[in-house]
Amino acid sequence: MEKLNQIIQTCAAIAYDINYTYSKNWKSKSKDRVLVGHFPIYFPREIVWACNGLAIGILGGNDYKEVVKGDAYYQSYICHIPRSIIDLALDGHFNGIDGFVFSSICDVMRNLSGVFQIHNIGKFSKYLDYPQNFKKEIGGEFLKRELEDIIQKITAINGIRPDIKSLNNAIKLYNYNRSLLFEIYDIRQKYPWRLEAHELYTIIRAGLYMPVDEHNKILENVIEEIQKDRNQPVDKVRVIVWGAFCEQLPINLIKSIELAGCFVVDDDFLLGSRWILGKIEDNTDDPLGAIVEAYLQKSIFSTSVYDVNNPKEKRLVELAKKRNADGVIFVAPSFCDPALLDIPLCQKECEKNNIRFVFFQYSENTGQFKPIKEQIGAFADSIKLWEGVS
Amino acid sequence: MNKPEVKKDKSMILQKEMIAKQFQDLATAKEKGKKIVYTFVPGNLSELIHAFDMIPVYPEINALQSGMRKKSGSFIKDAEKIGYSEDICTYVKCDIGMMLNGNIGPYGEKIPPPDLLLLSYTGCFTFMKWFENLERLYPGVPVVMIHTPYQEAGKITPEMVEYMVKQLRDDVIPAMEKVSGVKYNEDKLKQILSYARETQELIHQIFETPKNIPSPIDAYFAGVYYIGPINTGFRGTPEAVEYYKLLLEEINERIKLGLGPVTPEGEMSEEKFRLVVEGPPNWTSFREFWKLFYDMGAVIVASSYTKVGGLYDLGFRHNPEKPLESLAEYCMNCYTNFNLPQRIEILKKYITDFKADGFLIHSIKSCNSFSAGQLGMMRKIEHDLGIPVGFIESDLVDPRYFSYSNIKNRLESFFQMLSQRKMLVNQ
Repeated sequence: MEKLNQIIQTCAAIAYDINYTYSKNWKSKSKDRVLVGHFPIYFPREIVWACNGLAIGILGGNDYKEVVKGDAYYQSYICHIPRSIIDLALDGHFNGIDGFVFSSICDVMRNLSGVFQIHNIGKFSKYLDYPQNFKKEIGGEFLKRELEDIIQKITAINGIRPDIKSLNNAIKLYNYNRSLLFEIYDIRQKYPWRLEAHELYTIIRAGLYMPVDEHNKILENVIEEIQKDRNQPVDKVRVIVWGAFCEQLPINLIKSIELAGCFVVDDDFLLGSRWILGKIEDNTDDPLGAIVEAYLQKSIFSTSVYDVNNPKEKRLVELAKKRNADGVIFVAPSFCDPALLDIPLCQKECEKNNIRFVFFQYSENTGQFKPIKEQIGAFADSIKLWEGVS
Repeated sequence: MNKPEVKKDKSMILQKEMIAKQFQDLATAKEKGKKIVYTFVPGNLSELIHAFDMIPVYPEINALQSGMRKKSGSFIKDAEKIGYSEDICTYVKCDIGMMLNGNIGPYGEKIPPPDLLLLSYTGCFTFMKWFENLERLYPGVPVVMIHTPYQEAGKITPEMVEYMVKQLRDDVIPAMEKVSGVKYNEDKLKQILSYARETQELIHQIFETPKNIPSPIDAYFAGVYYIGPINTGFRGTPEAVEYYKLLLEEINERIKLGLGPVTPEGEMSEEKFRLVVEGPPNWTSFREFWKLFYDMGAVIVASSYTKVGGLYDLGFRHNPEKPLESLAEYCMNCYTNFNLPQRIEILKKYITDFKADGFLIHSIKSCNSFSAGQLGMMRKIEHDLGIPVGFIESDLVDPRYFSYSNIKNRLESFFQMLSQRKMLVNQ
């Protein structure tokens, strides 16, 4: 079997394991290791690594966890991800995970932190309230305190207080991780057929459950492999898929988009792994300050960041141009206010810039792919047949 | 046969006049050179807006007023036609739809466009998305954001206050000075805050009166009228103080006479059930919804919705001596800015202190801030207090989601359960 296939298979076994076995095995090797579950979109995993911990992504149960208890916790008009997360929690899948960090991306995620508090799930549940003020001396100070609070919570579990050196080292490792990811995206810009979107998704997702240095090695190998020819450069349109920053698309839905005639040349799946655009200062006396500074100044555009001075729709159009995309596929989880309120703004900007788009809603356990595939197929055909492929 | 006309209390007439004048002032604001600030109700900075002689407009109040006047349905559909999903908050869609239709307010006057968009997003993430959309609809209008930290750890820390004060000093006040052309005057703000403090004390006393049996007021359906002036631009004015003094006098008189609440069909004769309600009401069928309760002799003695503008029962009052710190603490003291364990404790206290027979959740499709997690809260309250609980669902201003029969059926079952329990307890 070719090396890349092996890598993808290995990653799949880790990425879609809802018992988080790989991460728990890592933890079991030493008594002072901790696991911190973090929810979408972004969390600076560096601070956990520096505390001898592993930050692991909690992404819901997708279509491989049947929701039984979760529906008794969430009304039908609330998105799907919190109900599968509650099911995972109540069924013991999170046993062994020491604490949980919920990012401030929406009211559902915010209140889910409260449900975790009510049920005493984990040793701590922290709602990480990202500032919407981007001045260093105001929002920056606030975020720094938030991160210090998380460090204190981890230290209370394993007694390890990170020093400047360990934080700088963690920053260095994650800087490298992000640079490898960006490199893969850039290679796929030219040769998207060499690594399909669902394969890349699996590889990135596996990185949420393993030590960063291990993931870096995997990414290095992937880069080596996709320098070579793989698969056929078939006649497909180039698209950006945008809107799936929290509740994940079922992997077969990503495949369906590809099978419908699209190369996904950029996306916001697992956006947290590529959140910081560029390098965080990794040789500093104030590493926490450097992480904060990067969040304030180098964050990617996203629905959860107040964007009046740098509108997201303009940045999306820039991205589409940079990736030479033929169109944008907007996807949004049902009942997701943040995604669904962004999409009309983004669609308008696409129209202004003559960028074709299509939109569909999904939930993490969507099982009917055929209608979506047909819709995307018609979209791809309309570009190919009537406008020509760039 | 025509129903006899229900006699309106003086306070009702006064409030109606106040609100009508508010909308008239808005309609003539531009010609009088007044600046308009769009902002939200929870954690609003009305006192600060008044300190700059500007007039606040609350988009969610326009939406609920449109709902009560049966206009929201078509506004929502118009917003959906331009791409807003059926799944999202209907307040946002109603507001956008109203704007698409000329921004004609509930009293028939045109709501003037904003001179400043003040996003004090407290307890609701969708507010932020709403204002991002408004910013695109009013290009060029300055936007100032004040981020209110959530009480995730169940408390307000000095650092949280400091963060907010810095935002007020460095961002909000300079933006207001620039838009209004008025210099920040702390003495003026202090005076306004002293009126606010007086108002807060009065409304606190009003919402304590349902501890009487029978309760002299309905703290939910009538309560939403009571919170109108304090939440929507009158807090910090002498008019609000006068209104709440009058209202409290009337309520005290009812207590003296042993009277129950006033409903749209007159006085309620017998108080059969005392309830605590969590969640906002439905606005499109507000009267029908209320009637389902008073027809059954159910009185709401305390509700969380009437605390979205501030939990004065937990002790918060504006402090004129520390104006900016006080504004910061106010923003963080709104009900939906409390974490879920805090919300549970607040509701449990209401159930106990107000001697409630049952606890009811009215869950709103549009409002994740309230709704997400409510079922877990209900279980916990039922478990801890052993009190009967009920759960009904509808929406704020989308008439498609108010199903009268479903709600009636559920409420009838709930009231039957309460009756049985009362019988057992009495035996």
